[in-house]
Amino acid sequence: MEILDAAFMQRALLAALLVGITAPAIGIYLVQRHQALMGDGIGHVALTGVGLGFLLNTSPVWVAATVCVVGAVVMELIRSYGKARGDIALAMLFYGGMAGGVMLINLSDNGSNANLVTYLFGSLTTVSEQDITAICILAAFVILATLGLRRQLFAICQDEEFARVTGLPVRLLNLLIAVTAALTVTVAMRVVGLLLVSALMVIPVAASQQIARSFATTLALSVGIGVLVTLSGTTTSYYVDVPPGATIVLMAIGVFVALTLIATPLARSRARQKALDEERCTLAEPGAPGAPDDVRV
Amino acid sequence: MNQPERAKEDEQPVISLRGATASLGARPVLRGVDLEVRRGEVVALLGANGSGKSTAVRAIVGQVPLTGGELELFGTPKRRFRDWARIGYVPQRTTAAAGVPATVREVVSAGRLARTKLGFSRRADRDAVVKALELVGMADRLKDSVNALSGGQHQRVLIARALAVEPELLIMDEPMAGVDLASQEVLANALREEVARGTTVLLVLHELGPLEPLIDRAIVLRDGCVVHDGPPPEAVGQHALPGHDHVHPHADPAAEPTRTGLLS
Ligand SMILES: Nc1ncnc2c1ncn2[C@@H]1O[C@H](COP(=O)(O)OP(=O)(O)OP(=O)(O)O)[C@@H](O)[C@H]1O
Ligand SMILES: [Mg+2]
Repeated sequence: MEILDAAFMQRALLAALLVGITAPAIGIYLVQRHQALMGDGIGHVALTGVGLGFLLNTSPVWVAATVCVVGAVVMELIRSYGKARGDIALAMLFYGGMAGGVMLINLSDNGSNANLVTYLFGSLTTVSEQDITAICILAAFVILATLGLRRQLFAICQDEEFARVTGLPVRLLNLLIAVTAALTVTVAMRVVGLLLVSALMVIPVAASQQIARSFATTLALSVGIGVLVTLSGTTTSYYVDVPPGATIVLMAIGVFVALTLIATPLARSRARQKALDEERCTLAEPGAPGAPDDVRV
Repeated sequence: MNQPERAKEDEQPVISLRGATASLGARPVLRGVDLEVRRGEVVALLGANGSGKSTAVRAIVGQVPLTGGELELFGTPKRRFRDWARIGYVPQRTTAAAGVPATVREVVSAGRLARTKLGFSRRADRDAVVKALELVGMADRLKDSVNALSGGQHQRVLIARALAVEPELLIMDEPMAGVDLASQEVLANALREEVARGTTVLLVLHELGPLEPLIDRAIVLRDGCVVHDGPPPEAVGQHALPGHDHVHPHADPAAEPTRTGLLS
C-alpha cells in the first residue's frame, strides 16, 4: 500500500490507532459517571500547554500533557469538594485555559495562527518523530490503567459511595481517571485536534450503548469503533484532502446513527427469541412471585 | 487472629456510636445519637423522612464525618478501622444503573472488590456473586442489563451486591423500598439464613413487614435524636409512632442521594 510508504503517514496511522484505542477506553468511565464533557474541558486547558510549549520552544506534547494533568486534577478536586459553586469554577478553568493558550501562542514567535489551527482541529503531516514517541509512551500508560483496573474503575463510576465502603482507594482511583483522561487528550490532540478530542471519548461509547447490554461488551465495542473510525478517517484524509479530525468525528457519528437504526429491530428480535423460550403468559399459581396478590404496600 | 483475641472481640459491640453529632451543610442532622448493635443482633432503625436515619447509617460506614462523639466498628475506633470486607452496605438508591449499560452480574461483582481490592477476580468471587443472586431470587437475570429491571429488582440487585461481600455485618438503608410483598418474603428468608449463620444486621425500614419476626430491637430517630430503643413497636403501632408522617420514600426524586453529575 502506497499510503504506508510515506513516513509521516506511518506515524499518523500509528497515532490514529492509539487514539482509537485510548479515547473510548477512558471515555467509557467518564460517560458512566455522567461526566461526558470532561474531555472537552481538558481539551480547552490543553491549549495553554500547547502555547506554553511554543513559548518555551519545547515539545508541545509533553508540556500539554503536564498542563492537562494539572488541570484535570484541579477539576477532580473541584468535583469531589466543590459542590455548590463548582460549575462556575469549572467554567473559569475551561475558558481561562482556552484564552491563555491563544494568548501564549500569539506571544511566541513560531506560533502562527496556522500552527494553532493544526492543534485545534488535528493534522496528519505534523505528527513528528518526537511526538510519536511521546504518544506511544502516554498511550501505553492509558491502556494499562483503563484495561488493567477496569473492574475497580467500573465500580467507582457505577456507585462511588458503595465503592468507598468496600475500602477501595477511591480518591486515588478518581485521580487516576483524571490523569488518564488528561493524557488521552494529549495523545489525541495531534490527530483529531483539541476541539474534537472529547467527541472520540464519547461518541463510540454512545454508539455501543445502543446495542450492548453489558459493560464489557460496551467497552470492547467502543474500542473497536474507535479504531475503525480513526484508521479509516486518517486514510480518507490522506487520499481526499480533508481535515482528519472532522472526518473521524463525522464517521463516528455515522456509526452512531447506523447502530441506533439497527438497535430497535435488534431489541425486537431478542425479545422475540426470549418470548419463544418462555412461551406466553400463563396464570401463575397463587403465591408465586408475580401473582396478582402481591400488591405493593 | 488468635483465639482469645477473637473471644474478646465477640463481647464487643459490632457497632458502637456514642453521642454522635453530624451536620449536613450548616444543618445539624444528628444531635447526640447513641446506638449500639451487638454481634448477631438484627436492629431496625425507624423514623420519619428526614429524621436522620440515612445520615446515621452513612456516618457508621464513614461517608458522613462526625462532628462529635465516638464511633467504633468491631471494637476498633473508626479512624483505625480498615476491615471493610466485614461490612456489606446497601445504600438508599432507586437505581443500580449508571451512564453505561451493565449486567446484573457486573454490578453485583463490584461487591467482591471489598475482598479482592486491586487484585484479580477468582473462581470463588464468581461463585459468591451467583450465590448472592440466588439468595435474592435473581439468579436467572444474571446476564440481563440492569437498565431492563423494575424498581424492586434494582433493590434486590443492590442487596445482592452487599451479600456478595460475604459480610459479618450488613447495613441496609431501606432495602425494601419498592419491593413487592412476595419478594419481601424472599428477602426475609435470605436474611434469616444470613442471620442464622451469625451475620449482624442494621437496617433502615419504614414498615417492618415480613421482616418483623427477625427483628430483635428497634431504634427510632426523631429530628436527629434517639426517642426509642427497645422491642420493635407492634405492627399496627408502627404508623402511630410519633412523627411518622408516612410519606413514600420515592416521593421526591430530588432528595435521592445518588448524584453522579460533573459536580457531585
Ligand atoms: N446534602 C444535604 N445538605 C443539607 N441537608 C441535608 C442533606 N441531605 C439531607 N439533609 C437533611 O438532613 C436531614 C436528615 O436526612 P436523612 O437523609 O438522614 O433522612 P432519612 O431519615 O434517611 O429520611 P428518608 O426516610 O427520607 O430517607 C433531613 O432533614 C434533610 O433535610
Ligand atoms: Mg434515608
